[in-house]
Amino acid sequence: MTAVDHHRHPGINLGHTDPDTHEQAEETLFGFWIFLMSDLVLFALLFATYASMMGSTDGGPGPRDVLELSSSALETGVLLFSSLTMGMASLAMKYKEPPARLQMWLVATLILGLVFLWLGGSEFVKMASEGASAQRSGWTSALHALLGTHWLHVAAGCVWLILSILQVAIFGPQSPVKLRLMRLALFWHLLDIVWIFIFSVVYLGGLA
Amino acid sequence: MPTTEGWWPLVFGRLSFDALPFYSAIATGAASLVVIGAVVVIGLLTWLGRWTWLWREWLTSLDHKKIGIMYVIIAMVMLARAVIEGSLMRAQQAMAFDNPGFLPPEHFAQLFSTHGSIMVFFMAMPFLTGIINFALPLQIGARDVSFPLLNSMSLWLTAGGAGLMMASLVLGKFSTGGWTGYPPYTDAVFNPGVGPDYWIFAVTLGSLASTMTGINIAVTIYKKRCRGMNPFRMPLFCWTSLCTSVLMIFAMPPLTVATALLALDRYVGTHFFTNDGGGNMMNFANLFWLFGHPEVYILILPAFGVYSQVISNFSAKILYGYDSLIIATMCIAVMSFTVWVHHFFTMGQSANLNAVFGIATMAIGIPTGVKIFDWILTMAWGRVRFTVPMLYALAFMVLFVVGGLTGILLANPAVDFQVHNTVFLVAHFHNMLIPGLLYGMIAAYTYWFPKAFGFRLDEWWGRVAFGCWVTGFCLAFLPLYPLGLMGMPRRTQEFFEPDYLPFTIVAGIGALFLLSALTSLVIQLVVSIRRRATLAVPGGDPWDGRTLEWGIPCPAPEYNFAVLPVATSRDTFLAAKEDGTAYAPRRAYHDIELPRNSMTGVVFGLALAAAAFGLVWYMWWLAALGVLVAIGAVVARSFVLDTMRIIPAAEVRRQDEAWLAQVRRLPAADRDHETTPRNQGIAEAPAP
Repeated sequence: MTAVDHHRHPGINLGHTDPDTHEQAEETLFGFWIFLMSDLVLFALLFATYASMMGSTDGGPGPRDVLELSSSALETGVLLFSSLTMGMASLAMKYKEPPARLQMWLVATLILGLVFLWLGGSEFVKMASEGASAQRSGWTSALHALLGTHWLHVAAGCVWLILSILQVAIFGPQSPVKLRLMRLALFWHLLDIVWIFIFSVVYLGGLA
Repeated sequence: MPTTEGWWPLVFGRLSFDALPFYSAIATGAASLVVIGAVVVIGLLTWLGRWTWLWREWLTSLDHKKIGIMYVIIAMVMLARAVIEGSLMRAQQAMAFDNPGFLPPEHFAQLFSTHGSIMVFFMAMPFLTGIINFALPLQIGARDVSFPLLNSMSLWLTAGGAGLMMASLVLGKFSTGGWTGYPPYTDAVFNPGVGPDYWIFAVTLGSLASTMTGINIAVTIYKKRCRGMNPFRMPLFCWTSLCTSVLMIFAMPPLTVATALLALDRYVGTHFFTNDGGGNMMNFANLFWLFGHPEVYILILPAFGVYSQVISNFSAKILYGYDSLIIATMCIAVMSFTVWVHHFFTMGQSANLNAVFGIATMAIGIPTGVKIFDWILTMAWGRVRFTVPMLYALAFMVLFVVGGLTGILLANPAVDFQVHNTVFLVAHFHNMLIPGLLYGMIAAYTYWFPKAFGFRLDEWWGRVAFGCWVTGFCLAFLPLYPLGLMGMPRRTQEFFEPDYLPFTIVAGIGALFLLSALTSLVIQLVVSIRRRATLAVPGGDPWDGRTLEWGIPCPAPEYNFAVLPVATSRDTFLAAKEDGTAYAPRRAYHDIELPRNSMTGVVFGLALAAAAFGLVWYMWWLAALGVLVAIGAVVARSFVLDTMRIIPAAEVRRQDEAWLAQVRRLPAADRDHETTPRNQGIAEAPAP
């Protein structure tokens, strides 16, 4: 137990409450952090592509024509709040609260995730109806690629959430399930961070 | 006859009888070879009743050694195809003066595209991934990699990509856009066929596989080292593998982005890289080379590691300048990200930018030079034994320096403008990659082969192959330097300048040597398998090895180490041999936990390959089905909790004690006889 305490894996430590899982988490979560770094490179390049195509509107709509602060602010709020519920789920798991409590926080996160997907989806539809589909210009292509990749990540996170809710119900707090939840939490928070950048660069930057 | 109406396109998309390669006799022949080869392999397996064995022992295995071996097999099959393609091109150019030759222009363009794509993504990458997979956990005293299932998924994604390359030989035409696939040439407007799509998806599968491999290897090195194996005791191959995997983690995503955006342009009509609609094709060049330049260091660093092991081992000396080699490796890894613009000096950016990137490029020569001196000083005052891996290391040192010097030339933007897009460049990168990567990988294959299969490779045929590779490389590629300076463009199917002809003929003769080298490797393998009883090295230490992997039986048991070792120095096994504890009885054995076999990797990789094939041919149902099956496989796997199996301590003890008893009976061979049948894997005790 003491040997385990000396190590600190990134994320929520289980050293005191569940030493066995904590020890496995060393390796698993470290690997997942590295995956996230790789994934961030992907987003960074999409940002770079977007930045380089800011002026490539080909006579079509630009940021001021299609982007709206109000809807993106709502999306930001929903996503930030879902990070809070995900954090509560992590704590519920760590302190062995009743599985129903954990489930409740996961379901809350899922609902917020779905709301975000719906808001983002309707934004895509609206842009298409305003002649700003991905095919319109280099700028709309880059915009859709950036927003779309983030949207797909959130969608994957929602599928993962559904599976986690099922697995908590079926297997209970077993190590593999816990380790997956810890990775899911990291993934979810990362999407939040990426969204902050999207909000700053695309929305605030485009409308400023 | 299929038409574009009715049910046919719903099922087969744009696949029709026109896709069969009857447009050229050579294409028909190649396609027939692939089909016949596949039929023969399937028939042979059925006839020998080996399907179950293959499935249980190999395809579903999560053992890092078997996965490594399967990677190398993929690499060798693809090497054979790509060497033949390269030889065809050299043969064409040898007779192409004022003469259309035997390859029509479009077929020639397909050949250089597949040759490059295969050599980089499906020969070099699987080869080095396989060698790292096999050797690295053994070198750091681990039982497996950190994520065995992920490892299997990476393998099968690579296999799927390679399979797609093979399918492109039989169905439809491959891209004519080179291995770099530059738009707008590869955009749907100019290239509506399936070729660029094959390229996009084969490369993407390979790129995803490499990202996953990079993560796996890096975590393995960080977390799985045995007790005492602090980072500065790791064999140098582990360090170069670490830097390679870090490069994979950060350099593969740009490629994934580049191919994904190109696919979007082609499939849904976006405007990332198009001529019209605000597209910017320079973004592709930047994304591609942001991957492509680090990629050449992904390719070369593992070979540097292999050479470090080989040179130290066969000079019987500790590696000179170990710390400086590590620092040089790290410098190269970091600097590799800072030079990508040298791939398009001539594409219109400012002279100042070119100067910055030119200087950054030249600077990489400094750490590389440090390495060369370290290797030379490792040999100095040592007792160098000229075994096959060592011969490759020596040839590498001479030829690689030549390649490096021409690289310095190319790094000068003014010179680059002159030789840009000529065969000078072709000579340069083959000069880096053949002596660098390929020789290194063959050296590694020869060096670690006994650890994988329990017997050495035939020495004589190894030397023949070595002679042919070196002669072949020199004859086939060194003439391209003067040719390039004379202005011969690369990718030339026919030329009208008589002065080129003598050089292209010499290069053609070189290609014959390269074909002979390939043949010699095949003969070497067959001869070695037939003589495996005489070549057997059950003692486990055929080369008087210095690092941990040589202290276990040949072939290595599935759990690698009966008892996990403790590293005491840089050359732990050598130290153990010197103080007489190398084969001492163990104090205690414990149960060993290993992952069970899993079919998840196979299903995942092949389903995504099928999806890719569906996308290439617009068979949307297949694309959707493939993706769903791949996701389903991962989801289903997440519901399996019982993934490990136990090898009881008693069984480990039985196997290990039997081996230790055998070791005591085996005769020791001194190092002058390591290539004779006297070598049974026990090195003579060093003089006191």
